[in-house]
Amino acid sequence: MLRIENLHVKLEEEDKQILKGVDLSIGAGEVHAIMGPNGSGKSTLSYVLSGRDGYEVTAGSATLDGEELLEMEPEERAASGLFLAFQYPVEIPGVGNMTFLRTAVNAQRKARGEEEMSAGDFLKVVREKAKKLKIDAEMLKRPVNVGFSGGEKKRNEILQMAMLEPKMCILDETDSGLDVDAMKLVSDGVNALRDEGRSFLVITHYQRLLDHIRPDVVHIMANGRIIKTGGPELALEVEHNGYADLLAEVQ
Amino acid sequence: MALPQAKQDALSARIAGLSLQRDGWLGAARGEALARLTAMGLPVRRDEYWRYTDPASLTAVEAPKAAVFDSSDESPVFDGIDRLKIVFVDGVFDAAASDDLSLAGVEIERLAKAGGADIHWARDVYGVLEARGQKPVERPLAALNSAFATDGVLIRVTGRAARPVSLVYVHNSDSSDAILHHCVKLEAGAEITVLENGPAAARFSKVMEVEVAEGARFHHIRAQGRDHERRAVTHIFARLGAGALFKSFTLTANGVLTRNEAVIELAGDEAVAHVAGAAVGDGSFHHDDTVFVTHAAERCESRQVFKKVLKNGAVGVFQGKILVKPGAQKTDGYQISQSLLLDEDSQFLAKPELEIYADDVKCSHGSTSGAIDETALFYLRSRGVPMRVAQSLLVLAFLAEAIAEIEDEAIAEDIRSRLEGWLARHEH
Ligand SMILES: Nc1ncnc2c1ncn2[C@@H]1O[C@H](COP(=O)(O)OP(=O)(O)O)[C@@H](O)[C@H]1O
Ligand SMILES: [Mg+2]
Repeated sequence: MLRIENLHVKLEEEDKQILKGVDLSIGAGEVHAIMGPNGSGKSTLSYVLSGRDGYEVTAGSATLDGEELLEMEPEERAASGLFLAFQYPVEIPGVGNMTFLRTAVNAQRKARGEEEMSAGDFLKVVREKAKKLKIDAEMLKRPVNVGFSGGEKKRNEILQMAMLEPKMCILDETDSGLDVDAMKLVSDGVNALRDEGRSFLVITHYQRLLDHIRPDVVHIMANGRIIKTGGPELALEVEHNGYADLLAEVQ
Repeated sequence: MALPQAKQDALSARIAGLSLQRDGWLGAARGEALARLTAMGLPVRRDEYWRYTDPASLTAVEAPKAAVFDSSDESPVFDGIDRLKIVFVDGVFDAAASDDLSLAGVEIERLAKAGGADIHWARDVYGVLEARGQKPVERPLAALNSAFATDGVLIRVTGRAARPVSLVYVHNSDSSDAILHHCVKLEAGAEITVLENGPAAARFSKVMEVEVAEGARFHHIRAQGRDHERRAVTHIFARLGAGALFKSFTLTANGVLTRNEAVIELAGDEAVAHVAGAAVGDGSFHHDDTVFVTHAAERCESRQVFKKVLKNGAVGVFQGKILVKPGAQKTDGYQISQSLLLDEDSQFLAKPELEIYADDVKCSHGSTSGAIDETALFYLRSRGVPMRVAQSLLVLAFLAEAIAEIEDEAIAEDIRSRLEGWLARHEH
């Protein structure tokens, strides 16, 4: 599904190398987690994969089902099935959440040569999915993320994911700022999407999210590299001992 | 005080070719307007009020040529709205293209026909609101219009107008120079929507005076046409009685030069006036909104919402003032002017002003200028929304607060689709 090889990324504006050779391969239907200290480059990896400006890839590649992602425009990556749930979802005053969702769903369908969803069908599907995430009609009508609480923003990300049905989902600290109930809602939303054709890359600081969304593989990222890869037990180890031992091990 | 010789000469030259009709009630009003104009002279760039907009092409003896623009790639604006159409071609009334001027709850007459009578209701409006609006800031081009307008409509609304009155201005000659003047009087409790659209002429001068009596409601929506080369100077003068409502929205897309002035007096308690504008310009485009709202009564509300989208060296100007007179307590005044600069060549010049002589008032104003929000753009694109659509969504979102001032949803949707069309035609 997703294959990242020797990915080196620096900031466009400054001479600062952030990713220093990331290798990561996620098979179809797999759930991988990335943990790591703040500033290790986790968000940068997710942004580079989704095509945000401001970064320069100096070496390496990233392919989604064999297609080179790094050459595509952000919207093309999305239409190919990549989705990023943002660590900090963006507020867009003046654009209704519903308009945003429908525009996105239909734009992706169009890009893939599929038929657009009728207004009626769309409404039905969105209501049903929103209900599961406890997103009320009022929130759907409001401008995108404007005035949403931290938890509402994260649930809104999951709603977008559910509507767009991507095949490769990257979740960047979707658990941060969530209380226990919201965490459960979000995890249930993610688990409902788990499928043999769909893969996940879950970026998190905490074991507790991984109690809900069970990963197949856990990676530890530090200083722009994956320094260790293991099974779910690796997350428990980090939870108990922190990163210090792991970092020392590498050095 | 005598005008300097140069100003006298410029004025004489400008009006030499214009004819002053002296007949009837209108003749008297024109004479007074000419006296006002003669005392003021024509505006020049050095005048404080014209600091950001050069009036030279508006005051020149001859109108600069403006090619007629073919806008047939788009259906005419307001086409889907059930309305009474009154058509002027290069400022000349077109009877064949116009509807019968009869509408329940409304009396409509042409200025050119009604002006010769000895007595007419419009005598209390024509030139009267314009004259009031000359203080504290002079508006000579409005006085020139009152003196020399060749035609226009007089609309008296006694009830609830059955449908909107739609003034359609067709531009058909590349050297036309049109001067139209309308008066609208809403009797107590009456209600009407007036629509205006079209470029009108190579150079267009238009004044609309609107008297809104107690509890009456006036809605005004205009779209100034797509001609790139046309020039326009327009004034709307309004006076509101107690509990009256005045709402005006203007869409300007293209036009080499536009100066839209709105001069509004809240004369009765609890009157409400909202003026809004959305202007989009690409390249040779200079758009000036000049607004003056006077609060002269208690518990009135005013809103000014002006948004401009500018690219390729387009220039936007906003001069907006809220004047709160002594005793106008509990005034609620709001003013916002914002520009979205789509590149670094474009420019927005704003002069927001508050002048307050009452102590118990709430007034706020803000002015900003900025680029498109790159983070929002990326967020939209990361969801699969193509660049162009994402930009268009964000531009429309920026304009939304101005469009929200249009109460009628069908009209608002029409305006929105014009903007979408413009954005599609003016992609980066
Ligand atoms: N646009 C940027 N400008 C400046 N520094 C950046 C930018 N993006 C990332 N960085 C820096 O890159 C490093 C990695 O950041 P990030 O990817 O956000 O880490 P993480 O998500 O693992 O906490 C940090 O040192 C951060 O300050
Ligand atoms: Mg991060």
